[in-house]
Amino acid sequence: MRDVAIIGIGQIPVGEHWDTSIRHLALGAAMNALQDANVAQVDAMYVGNMLSGHISGQEHLGAVVADFLGMAGVEALKVEAACASGAAALRVGLMAVASGMSDIVMVVGVEKMTDTSGQDTTAALAMAADAEYEISQGVSFVALNALLMRRYMHEYGWAREDFANFAVNAHANAVHNPHAMFPKAITAAAYNRAAIIADPVGLLDASPVCDGAAAVILAPLDVARSLSPAPVRVRASAIATDPIAMHDRPDPLALHAARLSSQRAYAAADIQAGDVDFFELHDAFTIMSALSLEAAGFAERGQGVRLALDGEIARDGRIPITTLGGLKARGHPVGATGIYQVVEAVLQLRGLAGAAQIPNARLGMTQNIGGSGATIITHILEAL
Amino acid sequence: MTEKIALDWRLRGQRYRLEGEECPHCGYAIFPPRDICPECHQPAKEPFQLSGRGEVYSYSELRHAPTGFEEYAPYTVALIKLEEGPMVTAQLTDIVPERVEIGMPVEMVTRRLRAQGDEGTLVYGYKFRPRLALA
Ligand SMILES: [Zn+2]
Repeated sequence: MRDVAIIGIGQIPVGEHWDTSIRHLALGAAMNALQDANVAQVDAMYVGNMLSGHISGQEHLGAVVADFLGMAGVEALKVEAACASGAAALRVGLMAVASGMSDIVMVVGVEKMTDTSGQDTTAALAMAADAEYEISQGVSFVALNALLMRRYMHEYGWAREDFANFAVNAHANAVHNPHAMFPKAITAAAYNRAAIIADPVGLLDASPVCDGAAAVILAPLDVARSLSPAPVRVRASAIATDPIAMHDRPDPLALHAARLSSQRAYAAADIQAGDVDFFELHDAFTIMSALSLEAAGFAERGQGVRLALDGEIARDGRIPITTLGGLKARGHPVGATGIYQVVEAVLQLRGLAGAAQIPNARLGMTQNIGGSGATIITHILEAL
Repeated sequence: MTEKIALDWRLRGQRYRLEGEECPHCGYAIFPPRDICPECHQPAKEPFQLSGRGEVYSYSELRHAPTGFEEYAPYTVALIKLEEGPMVTAQLTDIVPERVEIGMPVEMVTRRLRAQGDEGTLVYGYKFRPRLALA
């Protein structure tokens, strides 16, 4: 196996792109990444996406993106793993380069979510759960997270207000991200006042429905330095699964796939959780931030919320998270999210995160969650 | 939402009667039917009738319903830990929302889950209500 590096990154602003179709969202990010890597052609491309068939009536995205990039002929595939589709596509790209089957590979994450009504988008997102035994009962994705949050509060004695700083921190960091959907600070008071959408989940616990695309270019590490002035090494890529339905997991609050995926990534990188300088976690809901911090080894069970309360998730805290806004404030265009996380981690490791920069960031971790936790993918990146 | 008559028909045993399986190797109660035991990973196809009794593991009142369920909002969904072990996701019915709490004893009833459009078939299935007589 060959070591792999990221030699280029690209993204477009996350938001409601009414005048842009899914293919042109992908092209925007892809063109930026190709320019950043200073390459004109790739050997293969993998497109991470969840909902194009349902929302845009368009499957077969590998061929669509390759065609509209003017690269018809190239190897191209769509990769799907619900909200973890972006990281899943990255993993396929990494396997292609590490194995020697391809040299220069592009990975694009893209999602167009605003072409249907809110209810239809809600129903589409629910496809990440168990269609026969969860969705058939009328639960939404928000409701699944509400069930987790209620149980967590019950077991560990937290109040709803204790989760506020996850949202406050994400928004404070997004202020410094020109690609964020909500680059505006919010207060804990605003969090507490926000409308409840599925008790106890409120509007400011949840990440927004939006459009977006992000891309990276991969190359073998041994040639990366000659191609890029600031390559970032991929130290680990690890994926783990759990039962598709939340109710079939022996302990739904354990986020077992996150634990497995993190441990595999630490082992592959030969590091421990404490070595990580920042953690781009999957804060689709505030409860997911708490559970992710615990499963990845940054807090004891039931104490993930404590890290937020104590300010340890801020830029100068023990484990900075969502450093450029996270899913909450940068936005969560589902199939693109895993690549946005990696693009932002690369910016931190290149020292180009501006006012959001983590001082001396050397090791960054990203974690992308599919569904309520049935697929969880972790990547560890290192500045060179 | 499109009509899925064959799909709903195929699931009638589970949906109407909470029919599961019991593992002949380790005795694990399985719901929904998987044919492979999640505990010992051996073949497990013995039919098993769950009692329908359990308690609320968690719950949420849902204000924004997905397509197909709009007319029923707000309604309360829950995770129910069944007496025999398995957990299921289902709606609560016949409740006073303020009185629902974690640990509340509940029992299964068969109710209408939704209508598939104005002229489509009605989909029935399990919901759970507060247990009337505590056995
Ligand atoms: Zn068994």
